[in-house]
Amino acid sequence: MRSLAQHWAIFRESRIGIAGLVVIVCFGVFGMMWPLMFRNVWDPNVYHPVVGFDPTMMHPAAPCRGHLLGTDPIGRDILAQLMFSTGREFLLGVLSAMISVVVGTFIGAMAAYYGGFTDAFFMRLADIVMLFPFVPLLVVVGSLVRLDMFSFAIILGFLEAFGGITIILKAQALQVKVRPYIDAAKVAGGDDLHIIRSHIIPNVLPLSFLYMMFNVTAAILSEATLSFFGVLNIDMSWGMMIHTAETAGYLFDYGRYWWLWLPSGLAITLFCAAFYMVGRGLDEVVNPRLRKR
Amino acid sequence: MRRYVLGRVGQLVITLFIYIALVYFLLQAMPGDISMIYLQNPRIPQAAREELKKQLGLDQPPIVQFLSYIRNFFTGNLGVSFSQYPRPVWDILLERLPRTLVLFITANALSFYVGFMLGRVIAWRRGATVDHAATVVGIAFWTAFYPLLSLILIWLFAYTLKWLPLNQFIEPSLWVYAPWPSNTVFGYMVFGIAVISIAVFAILWSLGRGQRKTGRKIGLAWALSAGVFAAGLGVAASAGMLVYMWDIVRHMVLPVVTLTLINFAGTMLLMRDSMLETVEEDYVMAARAKGLPDAVVRDRYAARNALLPTVTSLVLSLAASMSGGLVTETMFSWPGLGQVLFRSALANDYPLATGALVFTGIFLLIAHFVADMLYAALDPRISYGGEPVAEG
Repeated sequence: MRSLAQHWAIFRESRIGIAGLVVIVCFGVFGMMWPLMFRNVWDPNVYHPVVGFDPTMMHPAAPCRGHLLGTDPIGRDILAQLMFSTGREFLLGVLSAMISVVVGTFIGAMAAYYGGFTDAFFMRLADIVMLFPFVPLLVVVGSLVRLDMFSFAIILGFLEAFGGITIILKAQALQVKVRPYIDAAKVAGGDDLHIIRSHIIPNVLPLSFLYMMFNVTAAILSEATLSFFGVLNIDMSWGMMIHTAETAGYLFDYGRYWWLWLPSGLAITLFCAAFYMVGRGLDEVVNPRLRKR
Repeated sequence: MRRYVLGRVGQLVITLFIYIALVYFLLQAMPGDISMIYLQNPRIPQAAREELKKQLGLDQPPIVQFLSYIRNFFTGNLGVSFSQYPRPVWDILLERLPRTLVLFITANALSFYVGFMLGRVIAWRRGATVDHAATVVGIAFWTAFYPLLSLILIWLFAYTLKWLPLNQFIEPSLWVYAPWPSNTVFGYMVFGIAVISIAVFAILWSLGRGQRKTGRKIGLAWALSAGVFAAGLGVAASAGMLVYMWDIVRHMVLPVVTLTLINFAGTMLLMRDSMLETVEEDYVMAARAKGLPDAVVRDRYAARNALLPTVTSLVLSLAASMSGGLVTETMFSWPGLGQVLFRSALANDYPLATGALVFTGIFLLIAHFVADMLYAALDPRISYGGEPVAEG
């Protein structure tokens, strides 16, 4: 295994990965500015992302001095919404990706190590889960019980965990399992849990981390899509911002009301692309054959 | 081979059963049920409510209810839609299925082809500007917010440039006096295109069998294909259907383009990665050392062997592309399965939503199966004895 510094050195070589990382850091800073701005600079009655209202002008107002990105049809500041949502998107993406990767890694390692029934069971389960069209399924579920962001992240995380990620991580764990040091650990008297925990999982971890990035992208896109169709119980998110513009009928005239959809749409795409690009960069770390010689 | 296919069919049936059971119990576990409107209505007398409960079969234990659901399912009885009241669910879904099928197949085939072609080129010219540009553009589309992307495309091509119709499946004003219902025309159209493509494929295959491709042979193949296509058009025109077919095709363009834009990057990036591995192989170097032209080494040596992992990923991404397809259908008001699913879910039309969800699952299962068979046929290393040799 290489050290963290060596991993970083390889990662730094890939321009796409670094570009993605820079964008993520920018989003992080942007999201962290929210509490500062809300407490110190902005008037909470006007700039609240959900219940704010500016009584001094007609809405939706075009970008102006007080509202750098304009206001939405019911008088809320777009920039404030964008900033407020950033932190929540981070939370959603990272939480659901964490769940899927932690559970997926553990199951993959178990399936590879024990083989037999455990293996067959989880692989067949993964086959079935992979067939599930997530978005339609969640639309139907979401229209019956309104999911909030937290439960949505958890459901999405588990759905992803039992699906394709298990198969990929198991294949990796299988390669680790046949190495001599596993036998050495067994001979030295290590029990199964110990071997899985301290020998197999650390070797699968880089690949898990890679898939975590891809899962962040998937989670945020699903959330945005479902919010757009109005089946989630989320008061504010990027998808919700476009939903507001669409239901109020302002998407029919794009050019005139660009500030209603462009900032949030761009944010979704940029944010997802950034995580995806970091994933591509990590791919070169994990997969030596992709590297330049 | 036969044993392998039979085994996969067995798995397919079991998976289908599990899927139906999951969807059924998931929806049963949801709070709120349309029958509660009657069963908890205080204005209906107690005895009538009991009778109603019996008639609806809700007094039976859950497992009996489930078994009767399964029985009804396989006898083609999915209940009656609430939102389009007297129409049976089965009827609605059968009407919608072909449209989704055509959209899904066309878009997937096109995006696979585009992704394959682009991936091959950018892997060959790794590190060049075209590589970086295609990667970044591809990722941008791959992670784009689908609803917004489709809205932007509608705005650009239908609203501003007016090249293509806004949305929907057909132009109502054109079809008012049409002698056929739209599904009939659509059916003939799909059938005709299938026949033409099989014919073209047969022509290309029979003429391309030899080792050497001469200019005359290629010319002949193109001429024959064009002839078959013209004959198809002629048949449609003489039946008077051509105008209507053209209308459907025009309505198909934007959804297909959107889906292709969303999906091609997945194949492209995988093709690139997989080809970066094959170009390092010895046989590619040998081919180069023989002095073969660059394009031949790329297409016939490196790309061919890089194709297999890409096909695997196609199998794995079918569900995701289905989800994208459903969103696209809703955005373009394309009256397929996806639109029905979204509308019925939002209108709390349980029978229709369940039916659409189950149908989507079956559809995906079959697509999965076909792709698996394709993979097995392509890869000589897969053993047909039972389990694939290389799993994962």
